[in-house]
Amino acid sequence: MYQLLFFVFAGAAVGFAINLLLQRHPIHSALSLIGVMASLASLYLMLGAEFIAAAQIIVYAGAIMVLFVFVIMLLNAGEEERTQRSRFAKYLGLPLILLLVTSMAAVIYRQVPQDAMVRFGDFPGRTADIGRRLFLNYLLPFEVVSIVILVAIIGTVVLARKDSETEGPGKAVVSEK
Amino acid sequence: MSPLMVLFALAKIVVILLVLLTVVAYAVWFERKLLAHMQCRWGPTRVGPHGLLQPLADAIKLLTKEDLTPSEVFPLVYLLAPFLSLVTALLAFAVIPFGPETRVGGMDLFQIADLDIGVLFILSVSSMGVYGIALAGWSSNSKYSLLGGLRSSAQMISYELAIGLSIIGVLLLTGSLSLRAIVENQAGAYWGFLPRWNIIPQFAGFVCFLVAAIAETNRLPFDLPEAETELVAGYHTEYSSMKFGMFFMAEYANMVTASCLATLLFFGGWHGPVFGPAILQALLPLLWFSLKVLFFLFLYVWIRATLPRFRYDQLMAFGWKFLVPLALGNLVVTSLVLAIRWS
Repeated sequence: MYQLLFFVFAGAAVGFAINLLLQRHPIHSALSLIGVMASLASLYLMLGAEFIAAAQIIVYAGAIMVLFVFVIMLLNAGEEERTQRSRFAKYLGLPLILLLVTSMAAVIYRQVPQDAMVRFGDFPGRTADIGRRLFLNYLLPFEVVSIVILVAIIGTVVLARKDSETEGPGKAVVSEK
Repeated sequence: MSPLMVLFALAKIVVILLVLLTVVAYAVWFERKLLAHMQCRWGPTRVGPHGLLQPLADAIKLLTKEDLTPSEVFPLVYLLAPFLSLVTALLAFAVIPFGPETRVGGMDLFQIADLDIGVLFILSVSSMGVYGIALAGWSSNSKYSLLGGLRSSAQMISYELAIGLSIIGVLLLTGSLSLRAIVENQAGAYWGFLPRWNIIPQFAGFVCFLVAAIAETNRLPFDLPEAETELVAGYHTEYSSMKFGMFFMAEYANMVTASCLATLLFFGGWHGPVFGPAILQALLPLLWFSLKVLFFLFLYVWIRATLPRFRYDQLMAFGWKFLVPLALGNLVVTSLVLAIRWS
């Protein structure tokens, strides 16, 4: 049962990811990406990492992807046109991908012993434990990450700001266009 | 899990779903009737006594109407959107406990699943609910629908933040994300008469939650995504028949979820005076829970009958400049008090 579910969700994740590349319309691609996120969350859930699964859905599928969809809707982006320019990608793309995947699989297969398959509930990620780890063992990385995010937020605000008063006449013309 | 248990669990899911759908249908009747009386009208009176069979008539009407699909829509997404809306709305009920733990044959009667992350589950499901509305607006390929969808995605992202932050205060008091644990934590009374409901220490959080929940369910005065006076019917303008009905059901199911959540998080869930013989003792908690949920549904209609609709910029400014700071302040004060108490 567990293995069946694993293959269902893993297959769904890969299928959605391939569909993401094949679709021409940005909204359809965005929807496929949501599918990938949801399948990943299901896989986390099967490992017993409930909190991570919920965070994956809330943050990625529920917030970030909503913004993606919002922007695509707002800009009313149309279908992309296929160009057949890159002959390199056309003929060598698939073999190279296969090579990459097989080499990765070979390395992982050699590194991990046979019976070390991850099973259901291997990560008893109770929310309280995660919180304790974050705020006791990994406090510094946690705070550093939050400061990095804060810097990014401030950067966005500065970039997106309408500067009407502070700028010279030349720049005001640019912003009017 | 034995096959009998699986069967029992399935039966439980079916029963809860049927009850929920009935509640949703009668929430529409309740709203129409109440709204009418608040505006000195009668509301539905023709079908059955006091119009009590009106929901049934509405359902038959919706099911038998012609299902039109405009020619310029994006078919797959257009079809997917109402399902997404309804499924996410109904899914939230999987973790809502209706009464105290009552085990029959090892199965809990009044809750489908007691997850460790109950609150997060509801938040994640409701955050997926926005796609139903946003995609309906986009795939209809009509200006009114698109505007409705755009408004709804921006609105829901903003108010989701406020909801999440306002709940954290309750979570801090309880120390658990399980809805059952949160309700159990509110048992008893202060000084023998004042119930230990979370609304008392978390009043600011409650106000923030209530306002944000109304915005999150797209109800008046925050129903900008379907503002009739400016957008025809907003995101579901191009939908007809049962597809429209599914959006309608999803909206009312979301209202019921929000009411249940407010009851569970802030109003002590099923706690209330329990007395009498054993059978009464088993049923009274259910009654208290239903009455509290009914109170919140009443509040929804009351607010709708009282307040005019916000402007869109007012809505955004209110969410970001008032609700989010209020919730953050509440969070800081709550953690400070708890830290002082623990040390």
